[in-house]
Amino acid sequence: MSEATVEQSEQSLRTEVRTWVEANWNPDASLLDWRNTLIDSGWGCAAWPKEWHGRGLSISLGDAVDDELRKAGAVSVAKTGVRMLAAATILEHGDDMHKGKFLRRLLTGEDTWCQLFSEPGSGSDLAGLTTRADFDGENWVLNGQKVWTTSAHHAQYGMVLTRTNWDVPKHQGMSYFLIDMEQPGVEVRPLKQMNGHASFNEIFFTDAKIAPEFMLNKEGNGWKVAMTTLAHERRLSDGLRSWGKSEKGSGRIYDELRVEIASVMEPYKWYPQRAGRVDLLIERAKATGKFDDPTVRQAIAKVLMMAKAAEWTGRRVKAANALGRPPGPEGSLGKLAGSQVARLAAQAHTLIAGNDAMLTGGDGALGGVISEILVSTPAESIAGGTDEIQRNIISERGLGLPKEPRTDVDRPFREVPRNTVS
Amino acid sequence: MQFTFTDEQEEFRLIVRRFMDDKSPRSEVRKLMDSEQGYDSAVWKQLSEELGLPGIHIPEAYGGQGFGFVELCIVLEEMGRALFCAPYFSATALAATTIIHAGTEEQKLALLPGIASGQTLATLAFSEVNQDWLPANTQLSATPDDNNYLLNGEKSYVVDGHIADLLIVVARTPGNTPSNTGNDGLSLFTVAADAAGLNRRLLKSLDPTRKLAHIVFEQTPATLLGELNTGGETLPHILDLAAVALASEMVGGAQMMLQSALDYAQLRMQFGRLIGSFQAIKHKCADMLLDVELAKSTAYYAAAAAAEGAPDLPAVASLSKAYASDTYMKSAAECLQIHGGIGFTWENDTHLYFKRAKSSEVFLGDPNYHRDQLVLRWENQA
Repeated sequence: MSEATVEQSEQSLRTEVRTWVEANWNPDASLLDWRNTLIDSGWGCAAWPKEWHGRGLSISLGDAVDDELRKAGAVSVAKTGVRMLAAATILEHGDDMHKGKFLRRLLTGEDTWCQLFSEPGSGSDLAGLTTRADFDGENWVLNGQKVWTTSAHHAQYGMVLTRTNWDVPKHQGMSYFLIDMEQPGVEVRPLKQMNGHASFNEIFFTDAKIAPEFMLNKEGNGWKVAMTTLAHERRLSDGLRSWGKSEKGSGRIYDELRVEIASVMEPYKWYPQRAGRVDLLIERAKATGKFDDPTVRQAIAKVLMMAKAAEWTGRRVKAANALGRPPGPEGSLGKLAGSQVARLAAQAHTLIAGNDAMLTGGDGALGGVISEILVSTPAESIAGGTDEIQRNIISERGLGLPKEPRTDVDRPFREVPRNTVS
Repeated sequence: MQFTFTDEQEEFRLIVRRFMDDKSPRSEVRKLMDSEQGYDSAVWKQLSEELGLPGIHIPEAYGGQGFGFVELCIVLEEMGRALFCAPYFSATALAATTIIHAGTEEQKLALLPGIASGQTLATLAFSEVNQDWLPANTQLSATPDDNNYLLNGEKSYVVDGHIADLLIVVARTPGNTPSNTGNDGLSLFTVAADAAGLNRRLLKSLDPTRKLAHIVFEQTPATLLGELNTGGETLPHILDLAAVALASEMVGGAQMMLQSALDYAQLRMQFGRLIGSFQAIKHKCADMLLDVELAKSTAYYAAAAAAEGAPDLPAVASLSKAYASDTYMKSAAECLQIHGGIGFTWENDTHLYFKRAKSSEVFLGDPNYHRDQLVLRWENQA
């Protein structure tokens, strides 16, 4: 297809969406009613298959549809949290029963999802997980512990990766289930972090039950399914949190949306501080008089340099993608750059705050925002893959360096040394 | 703002790269760095006549190729990668840029075609002994003499100053403005290589691939370039452009250091394994990639800002120079470290780049200077 044709079809698509929105958008509708209307129309997630609430459009045309909805001020289907990861995984690996039961309620926002992968004993080494699922002749019975689970306390369902066979190599003995979180065998406890917030949960499974039809794909194929979820996590990670901006419109639907956003975004409220708040540096340095100190200016410059370089690298990658050029290793650097920016920013904020860096909360600099930066930035180089794992990925996949020899993959998982977790 | 190169620019890069691979192998670099002239006249002629590189960013009206600053930076990146030994940075990046931005129409017509054709070697004599890179520190004086001027004083660290046919000299012009300090009372002059009272000495440079000269002026006749006492306005911009050009050259060298480190890590065996399979080495390489790619992004952004005359050029020029300086030095040091003992030998090529990195780190202002400029300029433009 020539470029001109693509342009044209995107233009007419946009017109079609605009016309539909004009005829149907109603800010005084209930959030649920509107989302059902949107889902029925196929515009809510236009890149999904036609059979399942979409129109089978390409990702980029789907983005154009979303863009038109946004421009018209229309509320979108529910997209926050990990629900879109669940949706992508169900679309790829689920059967019609799964799609029928879960997808619509996920898009309306009626059901909240959580992702149950990480464990206390397996962080970077996800495939070393030990939460077990055993079949008792009727149900799969889960026992074990998961951790770092956002939104688990109000989730109806979870995506859970378990070990179902201990006598095969680690990657081959896992199975992936969709679990009902609202049952007696599932206990959710908030996990308090060093910055005082509790954005995540620990989950304890004690003989939790899952009916066999809620296994995704086949027994032993859990790793493959998990890779689908994680691939979408990387792709969507930018959108997950930036989406939840405050909505300013008036009407019943906006009131309901604000409640939803407040609830979904609660765990992420310290994330700007986690990234280092580069935006505050010069303003704070001037306000405190520290701008006149050349050592402080050096510290600020180091942050600005890295932050701008990372931003421009992102723009470079996008510009090359848009021209259809093959991706280079520079595409995998954003995460590592981000954690360095955060660390440098925390150092600069410390210099600027001076003695007030010893205080927090209402006594701390900028009403506690600065101290929150200082005690939140360490998460940046751990969450979503540690810097060390990022460096392995970059050097092996981006630079083609040989893998480190491994001792854990070519023997039954039962024999692999591992952490002991009660 | 341009965030990626056009297909034509990528093609142009390949042409320059092929020329460099062909004409500037390490054996040639080693030969030329030991010579006083510092370059191969035949290769320079080819580079000028076949590729027109000395006039790459000089407008066609003045005999140049009429491309922009981005193309100039592509050339420099490739030259930096190959450690190409030639009076290119001095003539094209420094002198031609200065004439383009400070010369009168008449002077552009008179001076630029010679540089564009490769026949005139020119340079900018700006810095003085152990001064920093602020124009305000200029001490060399110019005094009127009939229709001309006489220069008295010294310049140092003048790139290719020992072979240049044409020197562009920054001088203080006393008595012409109310104050003669800072950026007031600065002017640019041209001095012919055979002028009276000119004493040039080739310095022994740490990086033998970049020739530096010390020049003494004693009652040396000089011609005013551009308008009197406007150096304080034109020079900061010219030096910003020079910093951007140098940043591009440096990221080319840094990229080569990364490549060299990767090649060696996949060749050298210790403890029964390729050293590239050890995390201690892999993680170094991943960090090098991060530094080099981010430095490239800043150099490319700065080149585009220079080409488009963007208002944030002063800040991003300093940003890209500081970033490239840190990155080149770090990449060379890490490449040397990954090579181990062999990396410290004269026979191994790493030290050639290491020395270029060290010299470039300081040339046109060290990273601390540019970091400070970055913050002050950033704050200023906000």
